[in-house]
Amino acid sequence: MQRKGIGVSDDLYREAILDYYKHPRRKGRLDAPDIQHHDHNPFCGDEITVELKVKDGVVVDAAFDGHGCAISQATASMLMEEIVGKSLDEIKTLDKEFILDMLGIEIGPVRLKCALLPLKVLKAGAYGLEEWPE
Amino acid sequence: MIFSETLLSDRTQKLRQDFPILQRVLPNGRPLVYLDNAASSQKPESVIQTMDDYYRRYNANVHRGVHTLSEEATEAFEIAREKVAKFIHAPSARQIIFTRGATESINLVAYTWGRANLGPGDEVLITEMEHHANIVPWQIMKEQLGFTLRYVPITNHGLLDLDELPEVLTERTKLFCFMHASNVVGTINPVQELVAAARAVGAKVLIDGAQSVPHMPIDVQALDADFYVFSGHKMCGPTGIGVLYGKRELLEAMPPFMGGGDMIREVKLSGSKWNSVPFKFEAGTPAIAEAIGLGAAVDYLQQVGMEWIHEHEREITRYAYARMAEVEGLRILGPKPEQRGGLIAFTLNGIHPHDVSAILDRSGVAVRAGHHCAQPLHDRLGIHASARASFYLYNTREEVDVLVDALHKAQDVFSL
Repeated sequence: MQRKGIGVSDDLYREAILDYYKHPRRKGRLDAPDIQHHDHNPFCGDEITVELKVKDGVVVDAAFDGHGCAISQATASMLMEEIVGKSLDEIKTLDKEFILDMLGIEIGPVRLKCALLPLKVLKAGAYGLEEWPE
Repeated sequence: MIFSETLLSDRTQKLRQDFPILQRVLPNGRPLVYLDNAASSQKPESVIQTMDDYYRRYNANVHRGVHTLSEEATEAFEIAREKVAKFIHAPSARQIIFTRGATESINLVAYTWGRANLGPGDEVLITEMEHHANIVPWQIMKEQLGFTLRYVPITNHGLLDLDELPEVLTERTKLFCFMHASNVVGTINPVQELVAAARAVGAKVLIDGAQSVPHMPIDVQALDADFYVFSGHKMCGPTGIGVLYGKRELLEAMPPFMGGGDMIREVKLSGSKWNSVPFKFEAGTPAIAEAIGLGAAVDYLQQVGMEWIHEHEREITRYAYARMAEVEGLRILGPKPEQRGGLIAFTLNGIHPHDVSAILDRSGVAVRAGHHCAQPLHDRLGIHASARASFYLYNTREEVDVLVDALHKAQDVFSL
């Protein structure tokens, strides 16, 4: 799986990802979230809960909780940072490419699910879409 | 039997030549260090050749045609059944039922023996260390038949808690199902003691041999097993073939599993009569090449010697246990080497098992990561997942060294 673009590294465990894994931002729980959703990947047991506060259709606060590999947890943390300030309509357009660009790494088919789980949980919570993002 | 370490190592180097895949160099230039044998073993040339030969020379359906090819295929298929019977010391080849694997074998017993013998007030006893294949079929049948499912707890060291056995194994227990050897904690269970306890309350026993048959000599009569199940692909054989062994009187009294060709004696529109055992349980065209391939795998294992394989794995496991215990922050799941088979599941502080596995892969080391189809066991041990190195007859001390070096690299990557 070859990806193009600036900043793309072939190193699955580049520093930024490990930093987000070891020092996750926006990890924890929100007081009285407007949206809360939990899901897991049955193949590996990774678990993610996403909580959002929404005002006038815009995400004003976001947090995740859960456990899993560095890829799933770092992606969740980065994704929470990305979506604050975005409208729910904008979030609807986020796809696999968005996640891969955000991570800036190449991911094989097996680990792709780890990277896509946070977005899957987010979309399921926001729109009831249960499918894996494409 | 005692083997010196040098002899073990010399023999292993020779045996490795029998497995074409072990000569493989991975895309990153590293030689393959295959330590995922508990998931599936590699296949020797003789097994690959035997299956190839069937397709090239005598591919035909079995038990039907009277032409040359069908006769040859039928003979090879039934000889494979005899080889398997001798391998596990079954009294007769008729007690060897070919299935798709250990999972299907357990389901077969649950759906046929279970339906005929279990109901409200009855209990089926399994253990906390079981593979999902020996949990879920019983959970499904429990809903349909109304029996109660109970569990033998395990200790913190990954052994069955035998002190608790009298609590859960009672005169209400109709069937006691347990694994011979664990696919996670590695424990080799005290089968004779467990069977004796089951006999004392009149319960039948089903033993999951998926992790024992490939690795040690098995005598189903000496163990007095009512049912014994295992898979071909973990013992140098192909995927898609497995075995259910059962005591003859039990098999004969059981209703069929699936309906179709081969399992009938007579079909009329008003009803049908079943074929004799084992064919009663083998509806449809079986996995012919795979069964013949399994026969070749049995030949291979016997030629190497099951005693030797068991001893070799014990030696590798002792070495790996000692070397892995040196790695800081590494927690080995399960008992000491003396009580375990040839595998070591572990966690590494702060690094998720999937990440461990991904980093080991860069060094060419293949291990399994996840819950290994044993979620209740991981819950009991208070962890979400683990990584697992599992050994077979072709693994060497040098490969263990590559594993341990790669574990240190994983710690470097995560700077721990």
